[in-house]
Amino acid sequence: MTAVLGNVGSTLRTVRSAVPDWVWALVFLALAIAYPAMVSSDLLDASINSLAYIIMALGLNIVVGFAGLLDLGYVAFFAIGAYVMGWLGSLHFAEVNGGEGIHVLTNKVAENLPGIHLNFVIILIAAAAFTALWGALLGAPTLRLRGDYLAIVTLAFGEIVPRIFENFEGISNGRQGITPVDKISFLPGQTPLAYPLELEPVYYVALVMVLLVLFVNRRLRDSRLGRAWIAVREDEVAASAMGINLVRTKLWAYAIGAALGGFSGAFLATYKNTVNVDQFEFGFSVFILCMVIIGGMGNIWGVVIGAVALSMVDRFLLKELNGIPESIGLDFDVTSVNFGIFGFFLVIMMVLRPEGFLPSGRRRLELHEEAVADDVASAVAAEEVIEVRPKA
Amino acid sequence: MEAASLPETGPASRTPGRSAGDFVLDNILWVILGGALVFFLATDFTQTLVDIKTGLSNGTIWALIALGYTLVYGIIELINFAHGEVFMIGSFVAVSVWQTFEVSAASSLLVIVGSMAVGLGAAMLVSGSLNVMIERVAYRPLRGAPKLAPLITAIGMSFILQNVGLLWRGTPDSTPDLIRSQKEVFTLLDVTIVRSDIFAVAVTVPLLVALLWFVGSTRYGKAMRATAQDPDAARLMGIDVDRTIGLTFLLGGLLAGAAGMIYALYNGTIQFNQGFTAGLIAFTAAVMGGIGNLKGAVAGGLIIGVIQALGDTHAGGRWTPVIVFGVLILIMVFRPQGLFGEETREG
Repeated sequence: MTAVLGNVGSTLRTVRSAVPDWVWALVFLALAIAYPAMVSSDLLDASINSLAYIIMALGLNIVVGFAGLLDLGYVAFFAIGAYVMGWLGSLHFAEVNGGEGIHVLTNKVAENLPGIHLNFVIILIAAAAFTALWGALLGAPTLRLRGDYLAIVTLAFGEIVPRIFENFEGISNGRQGITPVDKISFLPGQTPLAYPLELEPVYYVALVMVLLVLFVNRRLRDSRLGRAWIAVREDEVAASAMGINLVRTKLWAYAIGAALGGFSGAFLATYKNTVNVDQFEFGFSVFILCMVIIGGMGNIWGVVIGAVALSMVDRFLLKELNGIPESIGLDFDVTSVNFGIFGFFLVIMMVLRPEGFLPSGRRRLELHEEAVADDVASAVAAEEVIEVRPKA
Repeated sequence: MEAASLPETGPASRTPGRSAGDFVLDNILWVILGGALVFFLATDFTQTLVDIKTGLSNGTIWALIALGYTLVYGIIELINFAHGEVFMIGSFVAVSVWQTFEVSAASSLLVIVGSMAVGLGAAMLVSGSLNVMIERVAYRPLRGAPKLAPLITAIGMSFILQNVGLLWRGTPDSTPDLIRSQKEVFTLLDVTIVRSDIFAVAVTVPLLVALLWFVGSTRYGKAMRATAQDPDAARLMGIDVDRTIGLTFLLGGLLAGAAGMIYALYNGTIQFNQGFTAGLIAFTAAVMGGIGNLKGAVAGGLIIGVIQALGDTHAGGRWTPVIVFGVLILIMVFRPQGLFGEETREG
């Protein structure tokens, strides 16, 4: 199986290098823009969710894939971002300003309601900034830890944050959650987007968000900071000997990774029209982690594909499989054991192909030292290896 | 297998002529825990004694689970994430045995005692074998892989087992109160000792003594200690390291099964997701005692039990998990070597 996958990988690389990258980018962009016209509303709804999950997976990929810090509490940042959306764009604080409400550049519907209502773009930025701050705050105590201790501490944070929200009912409305949440709008006084009836505009909003995050991710990866992350992942001691400031590098990874979680969380809060503590479970952290691992840690496109594949499997494929247990005389639904199936994926993946389906070149070298020789050969073919000799 | 170094320990090495302030900083957790206990005893003596009793009694369950974490971590430096689910399956097996026998509190004494013994044995056997199987499937293929890989498979196994539990019992199941657990036995200093307290001690103490004897005085135990100290050297001395690791998982599973049975008896309900929280609490106990330290794990379990009972009384049940996880973070960040400060292995 591994060999087959390796061949698929090299074939893909050959295909990819047939035409220049910007052609591929244009093709994908055209497809993405035409997409809503081609699919049913059910699939479009799932796609919007997928887009939001792509942002989260990319955020977690910065922490886990680039900086090599296993974070099992990523759901905390989803929660914080979603609650920021709930605070700044809903009826939750109905008493402020003597029941009049506070409105900043908000849309036609929200400007007559009590509570705090800010412009959607402002909320997104606020959510990302606030979550980044918390990412750095929660990351700070874990800086000394490595490996599994780090994983457990982040997991504990991921458990604590939602529970604190739940217990302080004043800020979260407890188990009921905050609902309804303001709809998306950009210009003051505009009529807000009318989803769930009209999904297309929301899809485009999510698409723009994803493109923005992709751009940021790529630029970060190739920046000084991104290279510092990868150096820290490869060898902390060597990196710090080379003059990389470990504390600053790791905190930036936490902060930016968290910011993307909050960014996506705020969007999901308005899209699902509720901020409810039931969404913020450990299982969700693992769901996102699965996307990163199955796609290929540290590889931006791998993570994107992993996120789309896994969220679509969760949404559609498992439903399709529901008939199978019955046909062999078992009485259960496949959908109810979706996390068990993801757990199975994780185990199989780690045993057979720990670097994911679309690994980043470096990861592959790291995890399969014995199979490096032919990989290097194919990497040279794909011009991944920098030529040391000056071209005559 | 490389002996990876433990995370850097918090306090600096002991230098002569340290001030009292250094001592307080080094033992900040002891100071906090002890201070809280003294404060509660001073403000409400009887209630605090009751809490301590309840905590110790519940803590025996955490101690049994924590031993499984500590054994496994001591020998292969891996957090067996699926251990909480092994405990959950143990509960389920015990309850299934009782349902098969159709016992209830009204059954005759012989039937109750017999079914409890069978339930305990079955839970221990199933959990023990399950833990060995987990090691075979999820950890053994990854010896020598980067440390994150086995941790991720462990999470995967934990999810698989949780869903096995979900298919087995989709809704929370009530368990028969076989021992009339709330019946008074005697009263000590205004604290009522009920049957469940006696029972917890009666099951746990022999198991702990047996485990300590096994690890401390048998050839197998010696092999385990040797493997924990240096797997490569142990292999050179003719110890079958893989079999020893399997044995360690078996022991951890047996104890988790026993804990599952006691939990089912106490709690009145069991459900498929009980393992996750129980596992985290027990892991906290293991870290508190110094991971790899058997007696420390027992002490940690009892301390966590008391912390929970006090938390339930003074902060309300909603906050107790937050307190326990907060303690987990504090210990892992500031005293990763545990409260008792013994290094279990040379880094």
